[in-house]
Amino acid sequence: MSKLTDLSITEALAGLAAKKFSAVELAAAHITAVEKTRPLKALVTETPEIARKQAKESDARRAQGSAGALDGIPFAIKDLFCTKGVRTTASSKILENFVPTYESTVTQKLFDAGIVMLGKACNDEFGFGTANVNTPYGPVISPWSGTDPGAANRKLVPGGSSGGSAAIVAARAAMAATGTDTGGSSRQPASFTGIVGMKPTYGRCSRWGIIAFASSLDQAGLLTRSVADMALTLREMSGFDPKDSTSADKPVPDFTQAIGQSAKGLRIGIPKEYRVAGMNADIDGTWRKGEAMLKAAGAEIVEISLPHTKYALPVYYIIAPAEASSNLARYDGVRYGLRVPGESLSDMYANTRAAGFTKEARRRILVGTYVLSAGYYDAYYLKAQKVRRLIRNDFDEALKKCDALLAPIAPSTAFAIGEKQDDPVQMYLEDIYTVSLNLAGLPGIAVPVGLGSDGLPIGLQLIGRAFDESTLFRAASALEKEASFTHKPPFTA
Amino acid sequence: MATVTGRTCEWEMVIGLEVHAQITSNAKLFSGASAEFGAAPNAQVSLIDAAFPGMLPVINGKCVEQAVRTGLGLKAQINLISVFDRKNYFYADLPAGYQISQYKQPIVGTGEILLDLADGETRTIGITRLHLEQDAGKSMHDQSPNETYVDLNRAGVALMEIVSEPDMRSGEEAGAYLKKLRAIMRYLGTCDGNMEEGSMRCDVNLSMRRMGETTLGTRCEIKNVNSIRFVQQAIEYESRRQVEVLEGGGKVAQETRLWDTSKGETRSMRSKEEAHDYRYFPDPDLLPLRLDAKWVDDIKKTLPELPDDKKARFIKEYGLKPYDASVLVAEKASADFFEKVAKGRDGKLAANWVTGEFFGALNKLGLGIENSPISADALGGLVDLISDSTISGRIAKDVFEEMLASSKPAAQIVEEKGLRKVTDTGAIEKAIDQILAANADKVAEYKSGKDKLFGFFVGQVMKATGGKANPAMLNDLLKKKLAD
Repeated sequence: MSKLTDLSITEALAGLAAKKFSAVELAAAHITAVEKTRPLKALVTETPEIARKQAKESDARRAQGSAGALDGIPFAIKDLFCTKGVRTTASSKILENFVPTYESTVTQKLFDAGIVMLGKACNDEFGFGTANVNTPYGPVISPWSGTDPGAANRKLVPGGSSGGSAAIVAARAAMAATGTDTGGSSRQPASFTGIVGMKPTYGRCSRWGIIAFASSLDQAGLLTRSVADMALTLREMSGFDPKDSTSADKPVPDFTQAIGQSAKGLRIGIPKEYRVAGMNADIDGTWRKGEAMLKAAGAEIVEISLPHTKYALPVYYIIAPAEASSNLARYDGVRYGLRVPGESLSDMYANTRAAGFTKEARRRILVGTYVLSAGYYDAYYLKAQKVRRLIRNDFDEALKKCDALLAPIAPSTAFAIGEKQDDPVQMYLEDIYTVSLNLAGLPGIAVPVGLGSDGLPIGLQLIGRAFDESTLFRAASALEKEASFTHKPPFTA
Repeated sequence: MATVTGRTCEWEMVIGLEVHAQITSNAKLFSGASAEFGAAPNAQVSLIDAAFPGMLPVINGKCVEQAVRTGLGLKAQINLISVFDRKNYFYADLPAGYQISQYKQPIVGTGEILLDLADGETRTIGITRLHLEQDAGKSMHDQSPNETYVDLNRAGVALMEIVSEPDMRSGEEAGAYLKKLRAIMRYLGTCDGNMEEGSMRCDVNLSMRRMGETTLGTRCEIKNVNSIRFVQQAIEYESRRQVEVLEGGGKVAQETRLWDTSKGETRSMRSKEEAHDYRYFPDPDLLPLRLDAKWVDDIKKTLPELPDDKKARFIKEYGLKPYDASVLVAEKASADFFEKVAKGRDGKLAANWVTGEFFGALNKLGLGIENSPISADALGGLVDLISDSTISGRIAKDVFEEMLASSKPAAQIVEEKGLRKVTDTGAIEKAIDQILAANADKVAEYKSGKDKLFGFFVGQVMKATGGKANPAMLNDLLKKKLAD
């Protein structure tokens, strides 16, 4: 039998059911793995006691025949999910000592399904970033940096903002981790670390208890090591929540039914605007490979057009900071979190927010405040909302001609910590392929397809119709099978 | 219309009011926390109200219904699609750093309110809009020398902001507007209108122009004037201040002013330049509010009879004068009380007693109708005794005083005190004979044509009978005797 930490969720569940090992043993193996992967700085808070207790309870449930769908599976939880009684920082100094008295809907659902929590995964503060460097708790280091990532000369980023989640799952220290995805935050780290990442349809999962970045774009995400694990886990965390007005009152299909189904007859669209001059050859090559793989699996490839693609990034970088500037106003030092005193109320606000937020958070707050200001609102925010509608229409049109789109995720493979950090625009360009889908509210899944010439993983994303994750899983499962990506990072637990 | 006389000419006031009315509801606008007044500080605060990380607002359907009811009561357009926006600003008692309000697309559009003025005239005031929004918490600066305390009980409570057109021309009209709006909301049960507890608050927008001008002058907004009396005082003060500025060759600065209750003056709070940039944008946590036309119609069917309709009915059904009718319908409790008294009785007589002696007595005692010592049935009993000529109107006033003091039924008082009118012709005749005999000179004068003396004889006989003589009978008998 392979190492417990190498198992997929599906395999682990089978092992638990067959009593090959207990949840307590599975948890113990992962707690050790978490300790081993500390150089990655993937977790802001480790919760081994909770993991052991939950594992024990899981074994008891299984013995009684009342095990849940994910019973005993060790998870990491992105630190944007509020967890009752467990410190939740959003990877920000401003919430350094914040312990929620409530459980987010998504984590509650996962706990109800029986998961075991290993700890809270680091992210770019509030989700602001694509490299997991924008946080006082990081930077998170990719397990692809080398056999000793902490000592590597060139430490690679795991991507972001769900960098800690991706690193811990890729390093085989957690079987899955929740992420969030506002502009690519689950898909891009998955691509950088060679695992599966997903952003479900906007409204599929409740946002209640997830610390908000940009409310109209935020959606719970997931990072797993297989498409089947993704289907199972997403099924468990999805569903209507009356506490979130934007969650959709739609039934959740059993996504696992789509796994292994043939891609024959599926029409896969290739958005021609995504193929740009000067494109990274590895990315372009992998994309063409993916196309060929799906074709080999029986899918029909069609070229489609998303004419407003070039506006997606500027639109995103108006809407997301605008909403963020308002969402982050509550971190004011008055009721909870960091407070740095001042002579007046204004001074207290300024001192607290200057000390509590990273430079990137402050930048986004300023940009957001600016685009919403009187005299600029129409030119920026309102215009961006109109273009957002056009972008959504592009996808609606395209998805009439095909069942899913295949597209790159990031313009390159993982870069090194420190790179692109001087120029925020370079960093924002990381999101060029991922944000459109958030603007359109559509589901997307990242599947690892190959390695670049630098030996680093490259994933591709499949984009589907709203609330049709099942078709996406069908295509993703076919792509995964064809790609048979078995590469592991040089450093694992 | 009231005008302000300046040194150079007469000036006209142009007044518009913004009223914040707290919606009568068990829970807040976007959270399940109680909206009850008077709880211990921070006892009614949910995680949503305190803006904890990851908390999301969910609209309270009851509050939406109340806003629609109010809109229907104002004969206003109900917008089937409305949008919640965030109004962003930092303050210690605004937990999220934004207030959820409705900016460009309010739930209720244009409507109107009919004012009943003292001279019995009416005037129509336009309603611009009504929108839903959250209240903020309360900052308390007087609890500690160097710290501010914050009470979030009020944070998130549902308010209706009701904005009028600049249609009012005097403090009196502004007062009448507030009273009428309050009456409508009380009839509807959508706001208790209690200005002392802050469940109804008012901002005044005022500008001045020379009589006859049709363009609007520069206005000032006077914030949070928290009683109808203060609204009228603030208008009085501010209109004179603006006239002085304008006649002195100056310009009125567009600004927000504060009414200082203790000094009886308005003073500048912030100028237009210092005004907040609220950075309004649609709240992405809430979907546009969509109402079903049938749902709105169903609410319409449950509306009670409102003051204007009730007034019209009182005029028609009971033959009341418009002024009396409007006094009676001003409060639902008075109207209901009146109807109980008037039922099966002489409506005019009932109205006279309710608006006259009864209201006078309550006023004097400082009591509300709900804790009146005299019930509607009891007052009806008194009216009955007048109608069937058991007692005269004058005696009835004494009986009423006794009812106030003892809460005994009118009939019992009349029996106990022997106040019943004398209807025995013999007794009246006897009294007449005595009076005529004692005033033979006056009888002679009367017979020689001094008709006016008839009243003198009536008075004397009444006096002799202790006011109990049946006046009609007395008249008849007296006429006969004098004709002999």
